[in-house]
Amino acid sequence: MIRPHRNHPLWWAFAVHRLSGVALALFLPLHFLLLGQALGGAAALDTALAWTEGGAVKAAEMGLVFLLAVHLFGGLRLLALEFLPWRHGQASLAALAGGGAFVAAFAFLFNAL
Amino acid sequence: MGEARLYVAQRVSALILAPLVLAHLGLIVIAVRGGLSAAEILARTHDSPLWAGFYGLFVVAAAVHGSIGLRAVAAETLGWRGRGLEWATLGVGLAFLALGLGAVVAVIA
Repeated sequence: MIRPHRNHPLWWAFAVHRLSGVALALFLPLHFLLLGQALGGAAALDTALAWTEGGAVKAAEMGLVFLLAVHLFGGLRLLALEFLPWRHGQASLAALAGGGAFVAAFAFLFNAL
Repeated sequence: MGEARLYVAQRVSALILAPLVLAHLGLIVIAVRGGLSAAEILARTHDSPLWAGFYGLFVVAAAVHGSIGLRAVAAETLGWRGRGLEWATLGVGLAFLALGLGAVVAVIA
C-alpha cells in the first residue's frame, strides 16, 4: 500500500530530484572518462564517440538529457522555495519542471536523429 | 564538516551549477546535430581559456554538489551515519574532482 504522503505530487517531485541526482552522479565518472580519451588525441576520442552512435545509446543519452534537465529545473524550484518569498502552486511548478525536461529531451532527440 | 556548512556548500554549488547546466544543455542539443566528432569538440575547447574556466568551474561545483548530494541520500535513505560517511563523501568528491579535471585537461591541452 502506498503511504498517504507518497500520493502528494511534491513527494514525487522530491523522489524524481533524488533519483535523477543519483543517476547523474553514477553517470558522471563515465562521462569524464570518455572525455579523458582526448588525451590520446582526436582519433582516440573519435573511437570512444563512435560507441555513442548506436540507437540504444542515443535513447540512453536522451534519458540523461531528461535527467539533467529535470534535476536542474526541479533544483531551481527548490532554490526559489528556500530563498524567495513563498508562493502558491508548488505542484504546478514541479509539473512545469517535468514538462521543461521533456522538451529538452525531445529537442535532443530531434537533433540527434 | 558540519551540517550547516554542507547545506551552504550544497546551495552555493547549486547556484553556480544552474547557469552552467543550462548552457551545457543548450550546447548538447546544438552540438549533437549531425553527430559528435572529436574534431568539432576539440576545435572549440583546445587552448581556450574561456572553456577551461567554464568546465573547470563546472567540475569543481559538480564535485561538491554531487558528493554532498550522495551523502544526503546515503544518510537519509540508507541510514549511514558517522565518520565512515564523512570519509566516503570526501573520497567521492575527490574522485569526481580528479576525473573531471583530468577530462578538462584532456580537451583543453
